[in-house]
Amino acid sequence: MKQIITTRIIIFLSLTFAFYSSFAQTDIDAIMMNKKQFCAGLMYGSNTWKNYWEGTNKRNNANLGTVSTKEYMIQGNYGIRNNLNFLFSLPYTKTKASAGNLHGMKGLQDLSMFLKYMPFKKEIGSGTFSVYTIGGLSFPTTNYVADYLPLSIGMHSINLSFRGMLDYQISKWFATISGTYVRRSNVKIDRTSYYTTQMHYSNEVGMPNATSFNIRTGFRSNKLIAEAVLNKWITQGGFDISKNNMPFLSNTMNSTTVGFNGKYTVKKDGNLALTGGLNYTVSGRNVGQATHFNLGGFYVIDFNKKRKAAAEKKSDGNTMN
Amino acid sequence: MKKLLQILNLFLLFFILQSCNKSIVERNLEFTALDPLKTDINAGLWKPVLLTGPTEFPVAAPTATTTPAYVAEINEIKGWQRNLTESQKNSIAYWSAGAVLRWNEILRELVAKHNIPPYQNADGTYPFPSAGNPFAYPVFPFSNPPYAARAYAYVAAAQYDALIASYYYKKLYNRQAPYKIDAGVKALVPQNDLGSYPSEDAAVVGVTVELLKLLFPADQDFIQQKAEEHKRYRIIAGANVRSDVEAGELLGRAVAQKFTARARTDRAGSAVGTATVWAQMELQTAAKGEMPWISQDLPKRPPMLPLFGKVKTFLFDSLTMVTNISASAPPSTNSVQFKIEADEVLYYAKNYDRNRIEIVHFWADGANTYTPPGHWDAIASEDFVKQRFSEVRWARNMALLNMSLMDAAVVCWDTKYKYFNPRPSQFNPDIKTWTGIPNFPSYTSGHSTFSGAASTILGYIIPAKATVYNDMAKQASLSRLYGALHYRSDCDSGLVCGKKVGSYAIARAMNDGADF
Repeated sequence: MKQIITTRIIIFLSLTFAFYSSFAQTDIDAIMMNKKQFCAGLMYGSNTWKNYWEGTNKRNNANLGTVSTKEYMIQGNYGIRNNLNFLFSLPYTKTKASAGNLHGMKGLQDLSMFLKYMPFKKEIGSGTFSVYTIGGLSFPTTNYVADYLPLSIGMHSINLSFRGMLDYQISKWFATISGTYVRRSNVKIDRTSYYTTQMHYSNEVGMPNATSFNIRTGFRSNKLIAEAVLNKWITQGGFDISKNNMPFLSNTMNSTTVGFNGKYTVKKDGNLALTGGLNYTVSGRNVGQATHFNLGGFYVIDFNKKRKAAAEKKSDGNTMN
Repeated sequence: MKKLLQILNLFLLFFILQSCNKSIVERNLEFTALDPLKTDINAGLWKPVLLTGPTEFPVAAPTATTTPAYVAEINEIKGWQRNLTESQKNSIAYWSAGAVLRWNEILRELVAKHNIPPYQNADGTYPFPSAGNPFAYPVFPFSNPPYAARAYAYVAAAQYDALIASYYYKKLYNRQAPYKIDAGVKALVPQNDLGSYPSEDAAVVGVTVELLKLLFPADQDFIQQKAEEHKRYRIIAGANVRSDVEAGELLGRAVAQKFTARARTDRAGSAVGTATVWAQMELQTAAKGEMPWISQDLPKRPPMLPLFGKVKTFLFDSLTMVTNISASAPPSTNSVQFKIEADEVLYYAKNYDRNRIEIVHFWADGANTYTPPGHWDAIASEDFVKQRFSEVRWARNMALLNMSLMDAAVVCWDTKYKYFNPRPSQFNPDIKTWTGIPNFPSYTSGHSTFSGAASTILGYIIPAKATVYNDMAKQASLSRLYGALHYRSDCDSGLVCGKKVGSYAIARAMNDGADF
């Protein structure tokens, strides 16, 4: 009735899978923790948009003004083996619209967990070639409201992801490409019926699955990482927001983002690192044209006493593969 | 470490299983074939809404079942039944749940599809949909709650009158269903002893299609396709021969004329008002020393159907409405009482509670939904299915319900524009809401008025659920306070007024001949 028409900020999954992955050791970069090393981090992320795509039509909405999402996230990565890592992350999310009357939402969002495996690593030519497979699972940790786009804090689906990733590094220069398939569960909403392109008499919404594609390239050393990132997120199915309508969970949501990330290792022993990133949505469908930035700090704890002692002696800062 | 991995594996397995099951059960597709407890064979004598009597539109006597013409029609059925496709079987499963039920669902779907407020023009004004040019943006209609309430009421009341006439002639001519006449015809729906001429399903199709030409002119292709499928199902299922269907459809179309004629003159066409009318409402309210309503949409949108309160009601006349039903004045916007109520709304706006949000969203029925009247139709339908009503009783009960909902809309809209009260968010900009604010004045709450009316008549139709309906109405009403859209007195007064509307439907129901 009131035409608060809006769009999805940015795909929450996309947030989880693509944006945050730009920090430090994540599920989408070619960096592994060594066995018995644990890297823990705190991050702040901000995501804002004013324009959005209603289907393919780009517009703004005076009833929303600028929609912002702030996220405070804990993240961790443990080296089960040198070539097998376990990663997790959990954001606290807060949404707000600068105009109009809709209330923002806040709360703990989804816990994501990944197993990252590097089955292959070899010197080829003058560089190092490595292959990764990553399995991911994320699920909502609270009963937050999903059916309140664009101000809900998440989509509330359970997601399974599988990613294949290739990395090549020559000296300090690298390139990584990956492709991901995400299977998303149905979502339960508070209503007993809803309209997509037809009426549905159920409180369950079928979510389109998604694929994503990611390229990152730049400089990578133990002390500094500086990279450019391109990410594409494409839902397999879904439908467009009709003219002046509200966005809905099972909309088609596609986006292409580009950005830069950096990581700087502060101390000589390499235990503390600061990260930052800036990403921008260059094109999309049923999503906001978001600007995203993040800042984070990570600390590595080594549970391998021998190596830790050796590292303290040598102070060589070699925490990465 | 091994243990950790095992736990992880279990977790993974659980979630894989969770996410693999993507099938969705749609409740309306679970309904089984209608098998009425009573045929209501004397329904031809029930009191119609607009017809002067069941014979106002005469139906010619059918041909005898011994004639070659009839035998040819029987052969048509046999031809279909020799090779039933999966899609034909699905069609039988779908339509056999009931004609009134399915067309009410179709109407709900059309309402939801068109319940989206138009996008503004470049200069910040808003375009209005035009019935004369229904395909141009904004596509006609914008089926907001008053529009929807009226559409549901006309369709339901017209179906009821068409079925009264149909049942009258069924009893008069008593031509039995093809499955009773010829042993070679299979009954693919539950059998009954009701005459099959003229077809009650086709009467529903005929009357509904005619009304939808007026109400949803841009969706004729979709509607005609449903109509063809429905009529064919009756023949394929062995329930009607073609001449049953043709006679029923003709009768339905004839009855529709009474309703379309009324609809063209019921003043809904001018309910949008004019810029002068909108300005006057604001000025009059300010002149009384009250804070006038201002649209909370940006850019500011003209108020939704400000003259809908003048639309001709079904259950009572306009004098009765003013003297016996309409809510009295709300607390003055300058009063302490008003401030206290606004503070209460502020409390609900500031204090997030997941259970309250669930209630707010369950009843929100905002943009792109079938509206609150459609929600009550959905609730009623799922209960009526269990009651095993005959088609004519389905129609009668849906007519009672939807005439109540439409009249509730008229009374409520009349009140809204009489007092032109500001929404809580206008009175106190700190009040943010948990769902969209509808674009019309606050007092009284539409949701509360609709719900009071619907729960009252439904409590009469299914007495065993009267308390349940009453509790649902209270919850629907409070949902608007919880959502920070309405003051408590909007909700309370709306609910009381709605119940009064419902009592007029009960008075009609007690005298329409259906409950003896």
